[in-house]
Amino acid sequence: MTDTVIKCESVYKIFGTNAKKMLQEANGNVDAKTFQENGCIVGVNNASFEVLKGEMLVVMGLSGSGKSTLLRCISRLTDATAGKIFIEGQDLLSLNNKELIELRRNKMGMVFQSFALLPHKTVVENIAFPLQIKGIKTKDSINKAMEMVKLVGLDGRENYFPRELSGGQQQRVGIARSLAVEPDIWFLDEPFSALDPLIRKEMQDEFLRLQEKLQKTIMFITHDFDEALKLADRIAIMKDGIIEQLDTPANIVLNPATEYVKKFTEEVPREKVLKIEDVMEKPNNENLSDLKVLRNEIIENVAEKILTQEKSVSVIDENNQIVGTVHPSKIIHTVFGGKKSND
Amino acid sequence: MELLKKYPKLFQWLFLLVAFFTLCFAIDVPETYKFIRGQAEFIKDPNQSTYTLFGAEVRYYAFDVFWRLPPLLGWLPIWINDSLFFLMNDWMPIEFWNEDTQEFKTQPLVLQITRNLTSFITFLIELIREILLGGVETIVAFTSWDWISENSWAKLPGLPWTIVAAGAAILGYKLSGKGLALFAAIVMIYISIFGQWKPSMQTLSFILVAAPLSFIFGLGLGVAAFKSKRVEKALYPILLVMQTMPQYAVLVPAIVLFGVGDHAGVIITMVVAVPPMILLTLLGLRGVSPEVIEAGRMSGCNNLQLMFKVLIPTARRDILIGVNQVIMVCFSMAVISAFIGAKGLGFNLLLALNQLNIGLALEAGLCISLIAILLDKLSLAWANKQTDYFGHLTFFERYKNLLFFSFAILIGLIFAYVGSFYFKEGFNYLYEIPHNKGISTADFWNKGVDWIWDTFFQTLKIFNTWLIVDVLQPMRAAYLRMPIVATFVLVMGAGYIIGGIRSALTVGGLTLFIALSPWWDRALVTTYMATFGVILSCIIGFTVGTLCFQNKHTTNFMLGVCDIFQTFPSFVYLIPVMMLFGVTDTSVLIAVVVYATIPATRYTIEGLKSVPSSLHDAASMSGVTKIQRLLKIEFPLALPHMMLGLNQTIVFALFMVIIGAFIGTEDLGQYILKAISDKKGAGIGLTLGLCVAFIGLVFDHLIRTWVNKRKKHLGID
Repeated sequence: MTDTVIKCESVYKIFGTNAKKMLQEANGNVDAKTFQENGCIVGVNNASFEVLKGEMLVVMGLSGSGKSTLLRCISRLTDATAGKIFIEGQDLLSLNNKELIELRRNKMGMVFQSFALLPHKTVVENIAFPLQIKGIKTKDSINKAMEMVKLVGLDGRENYFPRELSGGQQQRVGIARSLAVEPDIWFLDEPFSALDPLIRKEMQDEFLRLQEKLQKTIMFITHDFDEALKLADRIAIMKDGIIEQLDTPANIVLNPATEYVKKFTEEVPREKVLKIEDVMEKPNNENLSDLKVLRNEIIENVAEKILTQEKSVSVIDENNQIVGTVHPSKIIHTVFGGKKSND
Repeated sequence: MELLKKYPKLFQWLFLLVAFFTLCFAIDVPETYKFIRGQAEFIKDPNQSTYTLFGAEVRYYAFDVFWRLPPLLGWLPIWINDSLFFLMNDWMPIEFWNEDTQEFKTQPLVLQITRNLTSFITFLIELIREILLGGVETIVAFTSWDWISENSWAKLPGLPWTIVAAGAAILGYKLSGKGLALFAAIVMIYISIFGQWKPSMQTLSFILVAAPLSFIFGLGLGVAAFKSKRVEKALYPILLVMQTMPQYAVLVPAIVLFGVGDHAGVIITMVVAVPPMILLTLLGLRGVSPEVIEAGRMSGCNNLQLMFKVLIPTARRDILIGVNQVIMVCFSMAVISAFIGAKGLGFNLLLALNQLNIGLALEAGLCISLIAILLDKLSLAWANKQTDYFGHLTFFERYKNLLFFSFAILIGLIFAYVGSFYFKEGFNYLYEIPHNKGISTADFWNKGVDWIWDTFFQTLKIFNTWLIVDVLQPMRAAYLRMPIVATFVLVMGAGYIIGGIRSALTVGGLTLFIALSPWWDRALVTTYMATFGVILSCIIGFTVGTLCFQNKHTTNFMLGVCDIFQTFPSFVYLIPVMMLFGVTDTSVLIAVVVYATIPATRYTIEGLKSVPSSLHDAASMSGVTKIQRLLKIEFPLALPHMMLGLNQTIVFALFMVIIGAFIGTEDLGQYILKAISDKKGAGIGLTLGLCVAFIGLVFDHLIRTWVNKRKKHLGID
């Protein structure tokens, strides 16, 4: 399960008329300021990363950080100015229009921030749209779309028009539409940003449920750091087009790479993000208490139990094997200690 | 000084007005100056000066250049004429194969193209017309006249009116429901029993060709402009001029190029109807959110699918307004095309108006308006229709409309057949009710007109005289009294204050064209009539709009009324005013006021509606009264939108003034009308059309620039 699905090598996206020329002259050393003085805006600056099969990469950044641009380069809604992008080993930028359309029809699905539903089509027609574009018969596409309607829990509303639905419901339609062709790769561009906090939480849970079932390869864009922590397998934090840090949520919280990243992590309640495995130590032969905790338990859920112990607690994996230990003082340190002093 | 700093624009305007009036009073009217009436220009007069340019001799009365500019563009109409004739008769002769004579024939390229176009469109019109009314020309098109005379059976029989009526009702039912079906049936039955069947079907066939063609061309060009900046840039000036070009003006060149008849009418209708369609298509496509486009792309659309399945449907709202406009223009032109020989209701209407038979005109006008409303509603319903995928329909349910229609055909045929035995006198009422055998209300209306005249003659005359002597004549004199320098100062000054140097030069250039044409005085008269109409329309429209806006029901009611009135072809407005005021300037002006009040009212309501409700609440919470809210919040914010209404009002008023020439006014319109019957009128007609268009464009430019600045200032877009 470690196949690379998406691979980016030094991807640049620079807006402006003579962007290509300037990029060549800059020789890989792109400074946003000098480019801006010459009328070019740097969208993505030297992005290199891989996304594995079934993995969820969350790209986090504030507005204008180039995260949406990066996603559009990978879906080739815009053409990258320089660099290489591979989708399952296929060079994306070398595809001609026909191959690109074929790729999108079969491999890619995308969800948009403002839902981007077609206003003249009903829920079920919207979901069936990518199928009909592919040339699937109306009846079959409608049947398939009805399955999707059930999957996202909109039964009974299939004949509504988008304008008759709430924001959360509209985004469910957007999600169903992007999944209708059963894509391998799933792009989500700030899918929950336009929703109310409560609905957002509900949709995030729903999304995790879907992902557990479907195991897609996902690129998820958000400006909400909490959302990123909650959903991601790995997080890429972007600023001014540059990926500042790309790591697992725990590592980002524990070891922010730059000052910029640190600003986000400071406010994060660690006990809610970190798992036991993130703070455990290697098993040694010290005295252990009788309590055993699962390695992928969130600290918050087991902290109380651990803190009542005096000795270290053993950490086990799913097969009941001891994989490490954790001392109550470590929990106290993680939750309360050293937030300002970087550990 | 304080005041000056606070209101710099106000002082600029004041200064401009002072300069304008100073110039007006400083420059005396030359002694030799007189407004030239009627045919006088064509009479050689020793007082006239002449010059010759490009072989064209131009005669004119010379004045001080501060008073009137010499008509340096006087050669333009003649030159346009000559070029048109050259194009048609001499340019690029190419050999074409002639089917009839079986030999090659040399013909100029343009002539050949226009002839082919003509025969194609004529074929389309005849095809629909003969399906509805019967005839032989369609079959002739495939065979020959000889063949027809040998086989007398070979002709399209034409549908009995009962079948067409049933068909319309079923279509209405299929598209919308019982309401529309009932309306369609009533319209059709009305047309039939009032004996307007034949002209109505002629008009309908005209429109069923013109409207779809305009729609396709408009949509196509709109899409092209959306796709390519270059196409858009090339189209834009043409669109701008066409928006303000009076419909009369394009008639004349069309006669030269395409001759006289229904086909020429269809072609001009397209020329007039396509520009708004292009603009609205473009507006709609521009409005589609980029994410929707991306969603389409990510669904794997190729370019064609993206256009037809995503962009155009999403832009549907604006495109539908375009369709609505196309239909309106088509009906308007169906009447105006009667001037160049299009058959149908328009022809009857013109004839009746010419004979001052108000009753007949009213009947024809009512029929046109009813068909216009019906087609408008049908097209709207068609666009809003949705498919039901989940009904498990039986065979009967699925094809019930088709079944009903087949049934209707059968019944209609049986009726017509039975009728042919029953009505032996030659008229089969169940097949087609001839024009003179239907119920006619013309006498009733004519008597009504007579009664009005007998009863109110004095009152109307007093009103009429008062209006002409005390209001119109002085106003007209004041406009004509304006020296050309003063006009330029006013127009360009306004341009400068509103939009800077660029605007000043633009409006100055447009005015210069009119000033250098031989028709400056007449343009002034046109402007004066339009101004009078616009002022009254705005007062009425803004008041009515504001009052109606106070209540939700009246708001919707008024918008509905505007919708219906907008669907009436412009010519129809002349009927009731002629009924009341006869053939005078007053009639024209009242028609102008009524016609131009529609956009004024509509935009006032829409402008007020566009004020966000949060502002209403904020104002209410600050404790304002209703009047205060209206004055301090709603009017300032709605003003940009209302000014766009003013823009429309001006264009509508100009159109109506020009159409009013049919009743007889002394402005540019009269000359355009004259040019239609003039063999060399094409150049004159076109130049006059440009003059009217430019008057409109001057106002259009000023208002639009102001609105855009104002919107930016207020932060609304």
